[in-house]
Amino acid sequence: MSLPHWDVVVIGGGPAGMAAASEARAEGAERVLVIERNTEAGGILPQCVHNGFGLRVFGSDLTGPEYASRWLRRAEMAQVEFMLQSMVLEINADRRVLVSGAGKLHELSAGALVLATGCRERPRGALNIAGSRPAGILTAGTAQRLVNIEGYMPGKRYVILGSGDIGMIMARRLTLAGAQVLAMAEVLPYVSGLRRNLVQCVHDFDIPLHTSTTVTRTIGRERLEAVELCAVDQHWQPLCETARTIACDTLLLSVGLLPEIELARMAHVGLDPLTGGARVDESLQTSVPGVFAAGNMVHVYDLVDAVTESALRAGRQAARYVLGNRLTTAVTPQTIELGVNIHHVVPQVLHLTPELDELVIELRVRSPIEQPVRVEFLADGERVVSQRLRYARPSEMIVLTLKPDEIACLQRAEHLSVNCRPWES
Amino acid sequence: MNATYDVVIIGAGAVGSLIARELARYQLSILLIDKNSDVGEGTTKANTAIVHAGYDAKPGSAKARLNVAGNRMFEILCGELDIEFDRCGTLVAAMDADDLRTLEALRERGIANGVPGLEILDAAATLAHAPALNPAVRGALWAPTGGLVDPFQMALGAAENAVMNGVELALETLVTGFERQCKRLQGVVTDRGTFYTRWVIIAAGLWADDLMRKAGLTGFNIRPRKGEYYVLDRRTAEVMRSVLFPCPTPVSKGIMVTRTIHDNVLLGPNAVHVDDKNDLDVTAEGVDEVWQGALKLVPGLDRRDVIRSFAGLRASGSTDDFVISIPDEPQGLVVLAGIESPGLTAAPAIALQVCEMLREAGLRLDEKPGFNPLRRAVPRLAQLSLAERRVLIEQDPRYGHIVCRCEGVSEGQVAAACHGPIPARTYDGLKRRTRLGSGRCQGAFDLPLVIDIMARELGISPLEFTAKGGASRYLVNPEEAGG
Ligand SMILES: Cc1cc2nc3c(=O)[nH]c(=O)nc-3n(C[C@H](O)[C@H](O)[C@H](O)COP(=O)(O)OP(=O)(O)OC[C@H]3O[C@@H](n4cnc5c(N)ncnc54)[C@H](O)[C@@H]3O)c2cc1C
Ligand SMILES: Cc1cc2nc3c(=O)[nH]c(=O)nc-3n(C[C@H](O)[C@H](O)[C@H](O)COP(=O)(O)OP(=O)(O)OC[C@H]3O[C@@H](n4cnc5c(N)ncnc54)[C@H](O)[C@@H]3O)c2cc1C
Repeated sequence: MSLPHWDVVVIGGGPAGMAAASEARAEGAERVLVIERNTEAGGILPQCVHNGFGLRVFGSDLTGPEYASRWLRRAEMAQVEFMLQSMVLEINADRRVLVSGAGKLHELSAGALVLATGCRERPRGALNIAGSRPAGILTAGTAQRLVNIEGYMPGKRYVILGSGDIGMIMARRLTLAGAQVLAMAEVLPYVSGLRRNLVQCVHDFDIPLHTSTTVTRTIGRERLEAVELCAVDQHWQPLCETARTIACDTLLLSVGLLPEIELARMAHVGLDPLTGGARVDESLQTSVPGVFAAGNMVHVYDLVDAVTESALRAGRQAARYVLGNRLTTAVTPQTIELGVNIHHVVPQVLHLTPELDELVIELRVRSPIEQPVRVEFLADGERVVSQRLRYARPSEMIVLTLKPDEIACLQRAEHLSVNCRPWES
Repeated sequence: MNATYDVVIIGAGAVGSLIARELARYQLSILLIDKNSDVGEGTTKANTAIVHAGYDAKPGSAKARLNVAGNRMFEILCGELDIEFDRCGTLVAAMDADDLRTLEALRERGIANGVPGLEILDAAATLAHAPALNPAVRGALWAPTGGLVDPFQMALGAAENAVMNGVELALETLVTGFERQCKRLQGVVTDRGTFYTRWVIIAAGLWADDLMRKAGLTGFNIRPRKGEYYVLDRRTAEVMRSVLFPCPTPVSKGIMVTRTIHDNVLLGPNAVHVDDKNDLDVTAEGVDEVWQGALKLVPGLDRRDVIRSFAGLRASGSTDDFVISIPDEPQGLVVLAGIESPGLTAAPAIALQVCEMLREAGLRLDEKPGFNPLRRAVPRLAQLSLAERRVLIEQDPRYGHIVCRCEGVSEGQVAAACHGPIPARTYDGLKRRTRLGSGRCQGAFDLPLVIDIMARELGISPLEFTAKGGASRYLVNPEEAGG
């Protein structure tokens, strides 16, 4: 029995999925399908009712829903098909897809697959907080969904653990809704989200921010009644003598996002322990031929514009794969080595074919440098590109774009690597 | 005063529920009471969930006899009640020469207790059974009759089957005392009124001693001993499929590393005396002890795989053995106390013994013609074939709508759990019936969906939906948020 077939199937209808699908059509793929488990496309964006989206891609400051609807329109214009309220349960390396939705359970096949499943929030279990397990402890993203989509209020008096972007945005959102945000605790000595959010969401609303501090205990049997805050030493070990309790009814966790890789694992896609996401090459192809990855499931981005830009490349390359216009398999892949102060790079590997005409390297640094820095890409120790930045922070992704003549310099190199260090004057 | 019931059972844990189900075979009017918002919410929900082979307890003790007898009953019991059970065998690992001697002693004790098939394996055979085990292992005791079970389903399956067969269930009902007439108990006093009965069975776990005192029986005390655990992601169970005990110490069976029936990995428990019977807090020192202990057995564990921690309380009694008795006074009372490990394993045999004791004490047990021993759990979608799933979806399209991504639970299962013989009324009740929210995201994805589905199925406002009854609401009135 032959399965219903699409040229390109995109799993996940967030900004990454919509961009990849639109671009796959533009590149010539005939039938392109987006499968999305929610009732609407847009991914995380419908719940991000604040602005700050699209400055780079559209040159205007949009809200999440606005940004999403622009891409939805583009995808519809490009005649991308959507299958909503449909969860992909399984995929395999032969690009068969099992989908479940109300009243249905069916299989289909794809010429190329793009995984655009986004990310999920790190739960409490990963944190090792002692105490009870009452109602009133939830991730910041779940709270955001409850408040912005369902119109519910999860509590009145909040403590937020972690200074990720969602946590900071929720601090402002909850304050505006009339709730009290009593404290925001961050175990690192610095805030982990964007500076912009620190200013606009935390400082402007006088939210008490405690860095080098963590929650060590939750108190309350049925509903949360209080949490215990503790300062930590440089090894993140709580300093017991600093413990104090804060009465509150809700603890929001904003302690990190993890790429959603369950499906990728099923297809035996190679993963990068540093990003937690799929390992990809310069065309966003994973270790499994014909399976591409885009957006937050590759690595967690801070800005949606960068998600869109990389997803466009993934969609383009997926279409080329289906149309037989790809030659990368002929060359042996080269790994990009992590040099000074680099946490991770995407892509992790490169196929340096002579045809390669676009190369974008995304990276994050390991520790912040609050002075001008040089970010450089080296081939056998020779600087191929270098960029000067005013500072480097783990919260802000850095992008290096290589022009064709620079790519040519990489061709016969044995070692490729990236560094980020203070600018030598 | 005319008795309304023949038997009132206090406590709907594994023990009380299995007794209720056993007595439901006879022409009796029975009431099963629990103070919690669901059955099985006491010790039954939070333990290691091993069906012990029976080599631990002292030969001749009630623990030893009922462990081995109970163990033999699991295939039939779990088959009839649709409870997940896996007789996968268990290992006790020896790390040094002392441990090897302990294994020999355990084997001899097991033989004395009537445990079949015990075998001492050398290091190579042990590692063949359990490749993840510390390679320094010297040998192990292999107990092929040991297994894994879903402990909550033991209580739920038994209680649902009891309810199907006419037993009444009163949840959120706290027993506060007894009414006596001369030497005989005649009423169970609760915060919802007094229930008159010919027999009272105390199956109240940690609180058995308090209730015994209220019935006039002194001299027996329970001192809770806490056991803390880590739950690891399913990923770990792909490589760690065994049930591994360390060699026991005089006070505890030690910190083990075991797969669970749901294919997670469980580490624990430690053993710490506490005073408060409600103290289920996890402590930093406790889980640290658990982690260190587990590493001794399986050095390759990865902390990033931890998805949850929890604690359970052992109902350790002042006698070393189970107390299962009909005291001379007051009359009309059966006491079950100190039912600590291997209480889960022994529970089916305890239930049979209680029936026999009641019969001997003069309660007429006439079989009920229409008794139906079969009960079905909420369908376990993730375990069905595609064809079976399609059949379900045809019956109810909601079986296609997945609401819990990690465990693959559908809206259809949520609805089924809300309309079973004992309906789920809380998030925890739903979680224990369907596994929803117990995977690696711990409910972050499903909660917003489930609040609405549950409110609809239960006919309540979303604001009234709770995690575990009482004040454990998820939402506040938005108008009050600023208050
Ligand atoms: C709270 C929050 C605030 C943010 N604020 C900003 C901001 O101010 N400015 C900015 O530029 N960026 C912001 N971002 C970042 C930006 O929104 C994200 O980077 C972007 O949404 C990621 O896009 P994505 O498509 O990779 O993932 P997502 O948007 O998460 O989309 C993934 C989609 O895949 C679907 N999916 C997953 N698994 C399956 C499956 N098995 N079957 C079917 N469907 C599936 C999901 O339902 C989801 O719709 C914010 C992000 C968050 C979380
Ligand atoms: C850490 C730990 C690990 C264990 N591991 C295992 C194992 O691997 N294998 C095994 O076989 N056994 C094990 N056990 C033992 C097993 O869990 C228990 O023996 C079993 O669950 C006891 O069931 P129960 O019904 O007696 O008690 P419970 O489940 O505690 O039920 C008692 C019920 O009585 C109710 N109740 C109490 N007082 C009142 C009142 N006044 N009014 C109304 N209701 C009341 C409570 O709400 C509760 O639901 C373990 C126990 C612990 C703590």
